[in-house]
Formats: sequence, C-alpha cells, structure tokens
Amino acid sequence: MTERPDFSHFVEHLGGGVARLNLAVDGVTCAACMFEIEGGLSRVPNVARARVNLTNRRVAVEWREGALDPASVVDRLKELGYQAHPLDPGRAERDEEQEARLLLRCLGVAAFAAMNIMLLSVSVWSGNATDITVEQRDFFHWLSGLIALPAAAYAARPFFRSGVHAVLSGRLNMDVPITVGVLLALGMSVFETLHHAEHAYFDSAIMLLTFLLAGRYLDQNMRRRTRAVASNLAALKGETACKFVGDEEVSEVPVAAIKPGDLVLVRPGERIAIDGTVNDGRSMIDQSLVTGETMPAPAEKGTSVYAGTMNVSGTLRVRVAAAAKGTLLDEVTRLLENAVEARSHYVRLADRAASYYSPVVHGTALVTMLVWVAAGASWHDAIIVAIAVLIITCPCALGLAIPAVQVVVSGALFRAGVLLNAGTAIERLADADTIVFDKTGTLTLPDSEVINATDIAPNVLALAGRLALASRHPLAAAVARAAGAKQPFEGAIEEPGQGVRADCNGVEVKLGRPSFCAAETLAAAVTDGDPEASAIAFARGHERYVFAVRQRIRPDAATTIAKLKQQGFAIEILSGDRNAAVEYVARSLGVADFRAGMTPAAKIKRIEDLKHQGRRVLMVGDGLNDAPALAAADVSLSPVTAAHLTQAAADAIFLGERLAPVAAALGLARRAKRIMRENLWLAVVYNVIAVPVAICGLATPLVAAVAMSGSSMLVTANALRAKRVAEGRG
Amino acid sequence: MEVLIYLVPMALALGLLGLGAFLWSLNSGQYDDLDGAAWRAISDDDER
Repeated sequence: MTERPDFSHFVEHLGGGVARLNLAVDGVTCAACMFEIEGGLSRVPNVARARVNLTNRRVAVEWREGALDPASVVDRLKELGYQAHPLDPGRAERDEEQEARLLLRCLGVAAFAAMNIMLLSVSVWSGNATDITVEQRDFFHWLSGLIALPAAAYAARPFFRSGVHAVLSGRLNMDVPITVGVLLALGMSVFETLHHAEHAYFDSAIMLLTFLLAGRYLDQNMRRRTRAVASNLAALKGETACKFVGDEEVSEVPVAAIKPGDLVLVRPGERIAIDGTVNDGRSMIDQSLVTGETMPAPAEKGTSVYAGTMNVSGTLRVRVAAAAKGTLLDEVTRLLENAVEARSHYVRLADRAASYYSPVVHGTALVTMLVWVAAGASWHDAIIVAIAVLIITCPCALGLAIPAVQVVVSGALFRAGVLLNAGTAIERLADADTIVFDKTGTLTLPDSEVINATDIAPNVLALAGRLALASRHPLAAAVARAAGAKQPFEGAIEEPGQGVRADCNGVEVKLGRPSFCAAETLAAAVTDGDPEASAIAFARGHERYVFAVRQRIRPDAATTIAKLKQQGFAIEILSGDRNAAVEYVARSLGVADFRAGMTPAAKIKRIEDLKHQGRRVLMVGDGLNDAPALAAADVSLSPVTAAHLTQAAADAIFLGERLAPVAAALGLARRAKRIMRENLWLAVVYNVIAVPVAICGLATPLVAAVAMSGSSMLVTANALRAKRVAEGRG
Repeated sequence: MEVLIYLVPMALALGLLGLGAFLWSLNSGQYDDLDGAAWRAISDDDER
C-alpha cells in the first residue's frame, strides 16, 4: 500500500502543453523557506517553473504536459521537510480574486485622476486668490472634467452597482448616499463650468472615490487572505481514499475525485473520508465527530457510515453514496437548511447607520435649498449650496469608519488564531452574552490520551509505545504518543481486533485488549469509577500493565471558561454523548448547566429557547450534529478539526489545541464594536461642524477637500488604535 | 501663459504613463504576493 496517490484530478491544463499544480504548503513562514522550496523544486527534472506565494502559503509548479507525476512534487517537498497537498482553489476564491483585481484597478484609476485634478484645482484656488483669468479657469475646469468624468464612470462602478441594487430592493446602504453625492457633484461641476463659475467640485468627487476604494480594497484583501489560509488548512488535511479500480486492486485518490457508486477500502485506524454504506466487513466505528458519542458503535454490511468517523478495528469496504433518506446525515442537512433559512437577517451596523444617515442628510440639503430660496436667493444659488451640503456630508468618514476597524480587527483575530468566515461575524460576536459549547472535540481534543502514564515505569512505557507503532488502532496511537515512540518493533504481528505481539530479546510482548493480554481483572481495577476511560493492556512475559485512555480536555479549557464566566457570559454544554461522560467534563470545568444525549433537533430547540429569553447565543461546536445548531445560533465558532459541513456553517474557525482563541475572539469583537461606534460618532461630530459651514454657503472646493481628507484620516487613525489595544492586552 | 500648451499635455501624459505602468504591473501579477516580493527584492540569488 505504499503506492503513490493519484493527484491528476488537481492538475490544471494551461494552453501550450503546460500543466500546473497548486499546492498548499505547511510551514512556509519566511523568505528562507521560499528560496529553499523554489531551489529544491527547480532541481526536480522536468519542472519548468516553481513559484512560492508567501502571502497565501502556496506553491505553483508548472511542467510540460505528461513529463511529470504530480505526486513526485509532493514527495520532493516532503524530502525538503514541508508537508504539502494539492489544492483546488474553487470557484468562490476565483471570484474574489477577480473582485480584488477590479477594486485595485478602480483604485489605480481613481488615484491617478485625483492627483491630476488636484494639480489643476490647486492652480485654480491660488489663481482665484491672485490673477487667474476666466478663460484660464474655464480651461482648467474643462480639463478636470475631462479627467474626472471617464475616471468616475470607470472607478465608481462598485458603488453604483451596489447602490442601485439596494434601492431596487427597497433598502438603503452606505453606497446610496455615495452614489447620489458623486453623481450630483459631477453634474453640478459640469453645469458650473458651462457657466464660467468660480468653483467646480470635480476634485471632491474623485477624492471621495479614492478614499472609499482604498478602504474597500483593504477590507476585501483581508477577507481574501483569511479564506486562502482556511482553504489551505482544508487541503492540508490531505484527505484521500483507497478506491477499488479492479476486483482486488486499489488506488489512493483524493476525496474530491470520488463519485457516488465507487467502492472504497477503509482500513483500521483510518478516518472514513466519504459517506456511504458498508458493503463488506465488520468493525467498530468511532462516531464522536458526528454524534458526540465517544463509545464506538458496531458496523457491518448495510450500516451507514459518515465522513469524519474513525474506523477502529476491522477492514471495511464501503459503497459511496449521496445522503440517503432517513439517515442522520439527511436529517442534519435538512435541519441545517431550515436553520439557515430561519436565520434572522442581521442588519449590519454600517447599514443601520446608513438608514438614519441618508434621510437626515438628504433632508437637510432639501431644507437648505428651500430656506435659501425663501430668503431671496436664486434657484441656481440655492441648488448649488444644497449640493455643496451633500458633497461635504458625503460619507467619506462614514464609509471608512467601519471597514477600517474591520480590517484591523480581522488582522488581529488572524494572529490570535481565528479565521473569519462571515463578514458580519465581528459585530455579532460582540453582541453575544451566552456561550453554548459542544463537548466532544470542542471542549475535549479530538485525540485521546493515556491518563495513567505517570503510574507506569518509563522503560515499560517506552517498550509499549514502540510496540504500539505497529498498530493503527486509536488506543494504540494514544500509547505511542504518550511514550513519544519513534522506532517501531521489527517483526511485530497485528492480530486484527485483538492487538499486536512481538518478540523482545526472547520474551514475548503483547499490547491490545485486556483479554488478549489476560489482564481483565487489572483492567477493571484501573478503569473502575471512570466510565469514560478505555483500557489497553500490555504484557511482558508474566508482567501485566494496563493503560487507561480517555479523551483529553483542551489544556486551557478550565482557565478560559473561568475567565469567560468572570466576564459575565452564561455558559452551557450541549452534547450528544452519554450523561456520565458529559457530567465528568462539565464538573471538571465548573460548568453547572449541561445537557447530555442531545439530538441535532434538541440542540436547535435549546438554542431557540435561549434566544426567546432574549439571549444572544454563541455556539461553539465541531460535530456534524452541531452544524444545524451553529446555523441557528446568533453567531458560531468551530475548531479547525471540525467536520466539513460544520465548518461551512460556522461564522469563524479557530486554530490549535487551546480554547483561548474563543475568549480572544469575543474580547476583540467587543473592542472592535466599541471603536466602530466611536468612529461613527466621530463622523457625526465632523458633520455637525461641517454642515453649518456648507449651509451658510461657505463650503468651497478647498474647504471640502480639507474636511474630507481630515475626517478620513481621523477615523482611520482611530481604527488603528484597535490594533494597538488588541495587541497590548495579548 | 502659452507655456501651458506644453506643460498641461506633458503633465497628463506623465500621469497616464504612471497609470499604464500600474495597470501593467497589476495584470502581470506583481501584486499577487506582496510578502514574497518584499523578500525577493533583497535576495542575493540572481539566477531567478
């Protein structure tokens, strides 16, 4: 079974006989790694080009079609010390790439236009104060218009599109006042230029676009980067399956290339990568990732198995199936769809601000115009003043107030090990006051651990650990980890479903079921009183030892939960596991509120109840059975080890063994929301000062330019404070 | 003020040149990996 996996599914065929493979690479952290990988790969024969992307932590390798087996690239990277796996960037990522390029092109055009128009405007302003003639001023204004109009037609498309879309669907967002402001400013400037007026506002309109595009690009860039890292992590799990290509012949292929109807071989100790039904074989299946239940369940011909579960004891042949009616997966998918549909439409802070802002500002402009007319001004002058009010209040600062904070905080979250999935997650996290945890895989770690390792002599543990390497059973893997074993035993024999035996200097050593090692009474004594623990026995000659293995609680779970409780969060555990197992974890973490044996529907029900009590619920879970509850909660987090479907339903993913990122995410989100509010108030204060100036008809283009750039810089600087505060407190 | 006839087109042409250079660099993928580019610039390795 040392055959190379077949990665042909991931190879991109570019034109001109060139093939390309994109790989996610683990451990590329610095420039040295980048040069080492590029150097190392370029020495592989037939590789035409290898290029590392240090931002995305990816490598693109190109070769002449047919000249190279893609698996050899992965092998070479392994030799260099980097774990890598091919990756398919997927549609969503490609679309975002396009969007980023469009924003950057728009930004380039807007910045070019803004600089050139400002050059002309400064000449006009200084000329107005000295000796400019009407002809010269008109010439400069026409020139400005010549640059501004095409530039705006090109660069303002993202705002126009979203603004028009919002109005058509009967909503107001920040892009509506932006669109109105830009169009009016340009229209008025053309009209004024035609009438040889002293002021034109081409510069204001284009400068506004430049600032807003910069903010929008940064926001999108941060999100794109997070997504790239998330899909790298998914690819690096390197999920492959052994597919039958003949009667007895198997080939290792990536999971993405497996279709319903295929027959797949699942060996003991392997994670099942697909959903299907057992066609042949008998085994025990650890379904903890699916149901939260930690005790393995039996599987035989006809049993449904799910992706993410672990095959514990026997070899199985599984027929791949799409989710069949009446299975757990089918129920989870149905509940998930309902929950996503029922998810109340969260109104973002920015849109809420826009819905107040727009009517107030447009109303003020209208009133200003009417008052000026009533006071005896001409319609022309009154309209000019009203438009100047709109230009000066155009939400330059408002448009940046929230994206700037989002960029800074998603960067800080990223460094804290939290990857955001949803754009509004920060605001919703900030509102949460109740945290609901799943147990298995969320409060505990996915891998189990030997709990009595210190009771056993180190040399015995080391010997058992070496023997354990011969087996793929999860309990044996726990023993091997506990012993830190690296050297496998020569000639160890595995007896399926029983254990492993070997010869150690003429003495027989055995590791396996207590009955296999004749240590039942000792095993019963060791695991007595701990319903969660499983026993694995070790025999050397006549000596008997028993290891108790159980799921390990995340190392900092107790301190994190204590801290969250102290901050005033209500905490609850909802688990699909047995009562005894849940109670043990709840008690050791000091959580009084726990419920065991919960089905996916029961979890949703509990969350709905909490929401009806007016609580804002954060759900943290990893199992397939948690996915609907994650979608039903106000906001949700998943560990990176979670099932695919679950990760997709979560608002954010946290990395690593520790639970601390959950607390960090909540802290950062609350701080972010506070600074967002501050920024909105700063924008209000700015308007309170600027609007009267404009109403009095004193808002010349020079005043508008200074006011806009000043307020934009103020809110951006305030947003950067989020980073300083966040990092200062860890 | 006749000098404007030369200066204004020149200023615009230079600006457009800059814009063109930016769009070209964008399309040739030079903004795809800003972290990596920063390091490549100071690499002693000239074979690339």
